[in-house]
Amino acid sequence: MKSLQRIFAIVIKELRQLSRDRLTFGMIVGIPALQLVLFGYAINMDVRHLSAGVADLSQTAASRQVIMDMAQTQVIDINYQAGDVFELESLMRQGKIVAGIYIPPDYERRLLQPERSAIQLLVDGSDTVVQGAVASIARSARISPYNDRPPAMEIRTYYNPERRSPVNTVPGLIGVILTMTMTMFTAVAIVRERERGNLELLITTPVRSAELMLAKILPYVFIGLLQVTLVLGLGALLFDVPLRGTLIDVYQVCLLFIIANLALGLVASTIAQTQFQAMQMTFFILLPSILLSGFIFPFDGMPRAAQIIAEFLPMTHFMRLIRGVILRGASLAELYSELMILGIFILAAMTVAVLRFNKRLD
Amino acid sequence: MADSISSGLAIRARGLTKDFGHVVAVNNLDLDVPRSRIYGFLGPNGSGKSTSIRMLCGLLTPTHGAIRVLGLEIPRQAEQLRRKVGYMTQKFSLFEDLTVTENLNFIANIYTLTRAEQKIRIPEAMERYELGRLTRQRAGTLSGGQKQRLALAAATLHQPELLFLDEPTSAVDPENRRAFWESLFDLVGEGTTILVSTHYMDEAERCHALAILDLGVLVAAGSPDQLSAGIDAAVIVVQSREPRKVSRFLDHQAIVHSTAQIGNILRVMVDRDVPDAAEFLKKAVSEAGLPVDHCEKVHPSLEDVFVAATQARKAARDKKE
Repeated sequence: MKSLQRIFAIVIKELRQLSRDRLTFGMIVGIPALQLVLFGYAINMDVRHLSAGVADLSQTAASRQVIMDMAQTQVIDINYQAGDVFELESLMRQGKIVAGIYIPPDYERRLLQPERSAIQLLVDGSDTVVQGAVASIARSARISPYNDRPPAMEIRTYYNPERRSPVNTVPGLIGVILTMTMTMFTAVAIVRERERGNLELLITTPVRSAELMLAKILPYVFIGLLQVTLVLGLGALLFDVPLRGTLIDVYQVCLLFIIANLALGLVASTIAQTQFQAMQMTFFILLPSILLSGFIFPFDGMPRAAQIIAEFLPMTHFMRLIRGVILRGASLAELYSELMILGIFILAAMTVAVLRFNKRLD
Repeated sequence: MADSISSGLAIRARGLTKDFGHVVAVNNLDLDVPRSRIYGFLGPNGSGKSTSIRMLCGLLTPTHGAIRVLGLEIPRQAEQLRRKVGYMTQKFSLFEDLTVTENLNFIANIYTLTRAEQKIRIPEAMERYELGRLTRQRAGTLSGGQKQRLALAAATLHQPELLFLDEPTSAVDPENRRAFWESLFDLVGEGTTILVSTHYMDEAERCHALAILDLGVLVAAGSPDQLSAGIDAAVIVVQSREPRKVSRFLDHQAIVHSTAQIGNILRVMVDRDVPDAAEFLKKAVSEAGLPVDHCEKVHPSLEDVFVAATQARKAARDKKE
């Protein structure tokens, strides 16, 4: 009961201070909104509307058909008509186009000769993503209207057939935002009190270390859930991100991950001496989390050493959980082992934090 | 517990030492603080006052030594001590972005005062420390004196038996300092024991007893009167039209320990066993061809005690080197 009174007092105090700290309050809402828009719109891995030029020397119904087919993929926009292949090359050097379609005068004859290629596709390969995208239209377009061969392989894409990045990015973004804000807020919240001398006052009171730690975490749990709601809401609104699992499952997974990050922030706060150091430590956790967790690069493609490091980051496990729940509609029972790992992580970090934070100044 | 109550001591420390590795902050300190008294720690910055207080309230672990505070063994029983002591830090340590009321409510809840207790004590503290008109003001916007009154109100809200005050008046003007000390005497009248550190002589004079610390060593202890009587020097006041020249001359005399100028007056500390030292100095100054109007032996002040105690140690150190 007395414990509750003290914890409650600190939580209230923390929320009061937070509501008066405009910068932090702005960050709570600003960081998720900003990152969502940035990652959703600008950092877009699926490529559309690449500028292209066409040199159609054949000028036949068949050649016009194939150009239309390629344009319909929306990967390229045909902005330039060129007279010959040299003109296409010149446009590419000037940076006006990244892809050029050259259709030779004897196009129709070449179509009947399978050993000769009928169309030449010029690609600016300096960006590998662009290179891949342009190459893919060559496969998807019906190059030969006279050739009834069925495609050698049919590709079926699950879960994100439209190949839209935001669908994959937004759930992962919850992880990035929570790692960034949750770790930083808690670490800074405690270190700031040490810098301002508040901690010297608090440790001379009957407050226990565990009570102080718990009370410091609680307000940020609510804030974390608020951010999750914000990202999910904006994600659905702006990018039409589907939710295939249940909302309860999503929040359960997020709650666990929020606590894991808060615990991590507490550990950082027991090491850092200044707010600046606390920030630096946050980035030390954030950077590998973004790069290794599978948020940007597929986990399976990473070298073994990176995979081992990634297994120690809570975000890696969260990424599997949240994508499983949101995109694949997996139930928590199916993701049991990942949940366990996050639980163990929380337990370990909290123990370290409480042990390291002793009510002494030395 | 029985032993300290029967001996009437709030604090008893023996051989208290804190070694920070490269520097010994407190060296072999023995301390007896009686109950219901104001006990002062007098010393310059870096003399180990704060470190001693932190060790006594269990915030720092001593390298050596035994401490009993209110019958509790420190630092082992430090948690049990928390409810019985109040601690006012040197730097204002309440929350600057909370209002006066919010700060006091917070502290009341941290010490788990009941609602009924809070209802009585918080308005009482507001009135006693003249915070009534400031209730809705943020602590960060208070003046030095107001902050300090708020800090004292917060430190005494749970009615501690023992109060530690670490240089409480360093950011406070003289008028507020007087009022502050009146509050301290009120608390002592109610039975509270107060340990206060200061580097102001006028504050030290007000203490019932004090310990003079210099570079972590206790150089003198007792009541202000005892300390003045026990000084190992005589104090001569010399009045002259050329105080700087006289001062420089006196500094080279064998019997002179130190000189300090106050306006046109020099306070000169000399060997205690020189008979009729005032007459001796007057003669010496005149013979050197310097003007001297008046020479008189006076009762030593606490500042003289402080200077004598710290200089004796400095002389001993210089000799060693």
